[in-house]
Amino acid sequence: MTSAEIIARLEEKFGDRIREKNTDAIDPYVVVDPIDLVDVCRFMKEDEQLSFEMLNCITSVDYFEPDPKKAPKAGFEPHLEVVYHLSSLSKNHRFVLKVMLPRWKADQPGELPELPSVHSIWPGADWHEREVYDLGGVWFTDHPNLTRILLSEDWVGHPLRKDYEFPLEYHGIRGR
Amino acid sequence: MGWLEGRFEESVITTTLEQAVNWARESSMWPMTFGLACCAIEMMATGASRYDIDRFGAGAFRATPRQADLMIVAGTVNFKMASRVRRLYNQMPDPKFVIAMGACTCGGGPYYKYGYNVVKGVDLVVPVDVYVPGCPPRPEALLEGLMRIQDKVRAMKSFTKGQPIELPVPARTGYVQLPEEISDPDPVKALEKANAFDKQQKEKATPAKA
Repeated sequence: MTSAEIIARLEEKFGDRIREKNTDAIDPYVVVDPIDLVDVCRFMKEDEQLSFEMLNCITSVDYFEPDPKKAPKAGFEPHLEVVYHLSSLSKNHRFVLKVMLPRWKADQPGELPELPSVHSIWPGADWHEREVYDLGGVWFTDHPNLTRILLSEDWVGHPLRKDYEFPLEYHGIRGR
Repeated sequence: MGWLEGRFEESVITTTLEQAVNWARESSMWPMTFGLACCAIEMMATGASRYDIDRFGAGAFRATPRQADLMIVAGTVNFKMASRVRRLYNQMPDPKFVIAMGACTCGGGPYYKYGYNVVKGVDLVVPVDVYVPGCPPRPEALLEGLMRIQDKVRAMKSFTKGQPIELPVPARTGYVQLPEEISDPDPVKALEKANAFDKQQKEKATPAKA
C-alpha cells in the first residue's frame, strides 16, 4: 500500500481521531492522541490490509530551546514527540506514527508525561520503551518493568532532554 | 656482585634475587581479558600474530583478574562501568599495573564535553601507570606502553610487594629532543627563548601583503 492508502484506511476506521496527517514528508506520518494510541496500534497490526507486524523503533524527540533569547524564534512550542516506526514484512510497506506530549505532566517540572505501553501488541516494544524512559523521560503506564536500561539505576534526570544538566559528580567520581 | 663473579665454572650465572624476580615478572606480564569498546579490537590485533604481544611475554590474556598482573583498560569507561573497573582492579593480586589505552581512558577523549555518562579519564577510578593515547592507538603504541610497564618492573626495589615509586628513566624511544632554539637549562632563559621562537614562527606564518 502507498502511504496515502494507509492514511485513507486509518481515517476510514478512526475518522477525526487521526489528529494530523502528512504525506509530503520523507517518512509520511499521522499523529494520534495518547488515549487512542493502543487502539490505533492494535488496528494497524491486526488489520489484514495494513498488518504492521514489526515495530522498528520508538524514539522521543524533545522540542525545546533552552536559550530564552532564541526561544521565540525557534518556530515551535515546547513539546515532546514520541515516534513509532512501523514495518509490514508481508505487505512490504512502512509507516510512521507520532504522539505529541507535553514536556512535563500538567506542566509540573519533574513529573514525567505519561503514555500507554504498546508491549502487549509488539513484545519488542518493551526495551524500546525502557530506553525512551531512560533517556527521553516518558513514563509508559502498564509497562511490565519500566526501569532504566542504559544508565545506572540511581541516575538522576533524562539526558536527551534539552534542558538536562550534566552531573558534576557521580559516586565520588568527578563528572567534568 | 664483585667478589662472587668468576668464582664458579661456566654456565653458572650469578645475579641478585631482586633482578631475577624482576626479570621473571617483566617477562610474564599477564594481561586481563578486558575490553570495553573499540580499543579492544586494536588490543586483540596486538595480541594476534602480526603484532604478537607474546614476544614480550604478555600474550597470556587471563580470563580472571585473580591471575592477571596487568589491566589494559581498552575503551570508554562510563559511570555505570566505573565501579566494575574498580572492583576488577581490587581483585587483581599485587603487584598490579594499569595501562590506560586510548583517548577516552586517558581523559575522556571525544566524549569530554558532551559525554554525560563518560568518566573523564580512568585515572579518576583506578591508579594508572602508563597512558597510551590515540583513537585507537596503533598496536605498536600499545607495545610501547607495555615496554614502559616493563621498565617500571625492572626498577622495582622490593620483590615481595609494593609498586615502584617513580618512573625510571626511559630506556627506549618515544622521546623527542627539544630544538636548540628552545632548550636551555635556565628556565627563565628557556621561556625567553621560547617566546622569541614563537614570535619568529608567527612572523614566518603571516602571509605577505600584496
